[in-house]
Amino acid sequence: MLTAERTASGAEMPDRIADDLVHTITEMGHHDVLPRGACIEALRMVQERYGWICDRHLKQVADILGMSLADIDGVATYFNLLFRKPVGKNVIMLCDSVSCWVMGVDGVREKLCRKLGVSMGQTTQDGEFTLLPIVCLGHCDHAPAMMIGKDLYGPVRPEDIDAIIDERRGAAS
Amino acid sequence: MSYTAKDPEKRPLLALVDQADPPDVATYERGGGFRGLRRVLSGLSPAEVIDEVTKSKLRGRGGAGFSTGMKWSFVPKESQKERKKYIVANGDEMEPGTFKDRLLVEGNPLQLVEGMIISAYAIQASHGVIFLRGEYHLGLERLKIAVEQAKAAGFLGENILGSGFDFELIVHPSGGRYICGEETALLTALEGRRANPRTKPPFPQVSGLWGAPTVVNNIETFSNIPHIMANGIDWYLGLSACGDGGTKLYGVSGRAKRPGVYELPLGTRMGILLEECAGGMQDGYRLRAFLPGGASTAFLGAEHADIVLDYPTPEKAGSRLGTGLAILLDDRASPIGMIRNLEHFFAQESCGWCTPCRDGLPWVEKLLIDIEEGRGGPDDILRLQDACRLIGPMGRTFCAHAPGAIAPLESGLRLFREDFERAVQGGGAVVPSAQERAA
Ligand SMILES: Cc1cc2nc3c(=O)[nH]c(=O)nc-3n(C[C@H](O)[C@H](O)[C@H](O)COP(=O)(O)O)c2cc1C
Ligand code: SF4
Ligand code: FES
Repeated sequence: MLTAERTASGAEMPDRIADDLVHTITEMGHHDVLPRGACIEALRMVQERYGWICDRHLKQVADILGMSLADIDGVATYFNLLFRKPVGKNVIMLCDSVSCWVMGVDGVREKLCRKLGVSMGQTTQDGEFTLLPIVCLGHCDHAPAMMIGKDLYGPVRPEDIDAIIDERRGAAS
Repeated sequence: MSYTAKDPEKRPLLALVDQADPPDVATYERGGGFRGLRRVLSGLSPAEVIDEVTKSKLRGRGGAGFSTGMKWSFVPKESQKERKKYIVANGDEMEPGTFKDRLLVEGNPLQLVEGMIISAYAIQASHGVIFLRGEYHLGLERLKIAVEQAKAAGFLGENILGSGFDFELIVHPSGGRYICGEETALLTALEGRRANPRTKPPFPQVSGLWGAPTVVNNIETFSNIPHIMANGIDWYLGLSACGDGGTKLYGVSGRAKRPGVYELPLGTRMGILLEECAGGMQDGYRLRAFLPGGASTAFLGAEHADIVLDYPTPEKAGSRLGTGLAILLDDRASPIGMIRNLEHFFAQESCGWCTPCRDGLPWVEKLLIDIEEGRGGPDDILRLQDACRLIGPMGRTFCAHAPGAIAPLESGLRLFREDFERAVQGGGAVVPSAQERAA
């Protein structure tokens, strides 16, 4: 397990969001009828920078956009792609929807879990990988499909997993 | 017979699509881009644009198939200077088995942008949003570039092409939830709230984003508009093989030889799509059934393998055209396993607003797991049928998520009755082993 207050890249989570982000989020808030219209994108930007959204940053975004903490946490916990818990350097999202199931994703999942030594939803001890299920990635003609970071993979066979993970591990460090 | 029309005029949507290197403004214009917009802004009235789109018989490509021109005609007629209105592209595309809009935004984002500018003019909207699935990172990047390029070339912003028409367009990446594809939930998400659907009426055309009149159309729908305006109603009607207009992005996933997206005349037969385009089934696999247009459409058995894929025919057969991207069930996969997979998706993605959907779908999933794993009894089939009756009909729930969830279950219980009977008599679902599948 990662300690709660580290960014995805392993650095200490800063107390406050960087000034440039504060500025961008404030600007975005001015564009909408109500500033809260910017909250999902703002949270995505915070996450893009730090890997996940910690309580303090959530509160800070709420303050900028004039929302209550409970209100913005309701939004943050609603969406699949907003992480309220620490994640590793590489987030692996394995499609668990129907075309990938038909094409044998179960075998890929088993192999991934064995290779990483984690179950779905967990992060590896070294903080390199978080393994999550995701719904159809729109890559069904290349099923079974998965996404690591922003990169799409597919068709992925169980025997491809070693090479893919080893390569990502090399690239990340 | 060749499935890919050689003549780009016969497959306008994909003619300039290049997923490796999408066209920039110059390439797009050389390929005929912005001709439609120039024609519209050099003298057509908004009402004339709506009239042409209505007569072209373009129906929404997001799943429901509503007439696009008619949808636009419900928007209050004030000019954009008199009343704020919005136009929104639905690029959520989270329907399992659907991968057509990603191709359009990655391969030719300017086509979507042009379609939205013309549509905005037709309903006199001043602001547009492209709501894009959060996982479509490449599409997001390319759309942002396309919007910047269009702005730099004078197609977006103030007084476009000297016409007096203003239009600002932004791209919004979703936080990720299937329900965001439902148009009123999508608008709620854009307002920075949990994306629960809203009651209709009022329809978004009257009271949508921030309470202003709003049109939501699918990305493929918008991508048709430039071609209609550039080439005319007769040409557009002539593309089709049925009573409605245009081509359609059809597709296949599952155990086909060449799964993929194919642009074909609307009303093409399934046989042409599966056999000629997708190359038929992989060796050693036979078609058992298919979902014609995404996870929320009802199963059709192999006897429908040559069904006409227009809007009315699949409905007569008890299903829907849906998104037009078919998911194949082969004879070596377990139908119960496939339905369990689908219901897991729908249970997980329920927004939780209404009881039948929030509580009923996880219950359905549990029953299916029991049956699949050999713990089910004959009563469980009756319980599933009850669930269909209680959750399925339109009007029992707030939005169409629940009816969509029940479509594959209800049809599957009929079509695969023997598999269910066998599974509850002992032993569970017969799933071919990995070795058998690989052999
Ligand atoms: C649960 C649910 C999910 C939906 N997802 C999508 C989607 O991802 N993309 C889409 O265009 N339409 C989706 N729709 C349909 C939209 O509500 C709406 O009908 C459509 O965007 C209208 O565009 P069109 O008229 O161009 O088809 C969904 C509907 C429901 C009930
Ligand atoms: S039917 Fe399901 S998804 Fe739709 S509003 Fe009700 S609970 Fe939400
Ligand atoms: S079902 Fe896995 S990518 Fe579509």
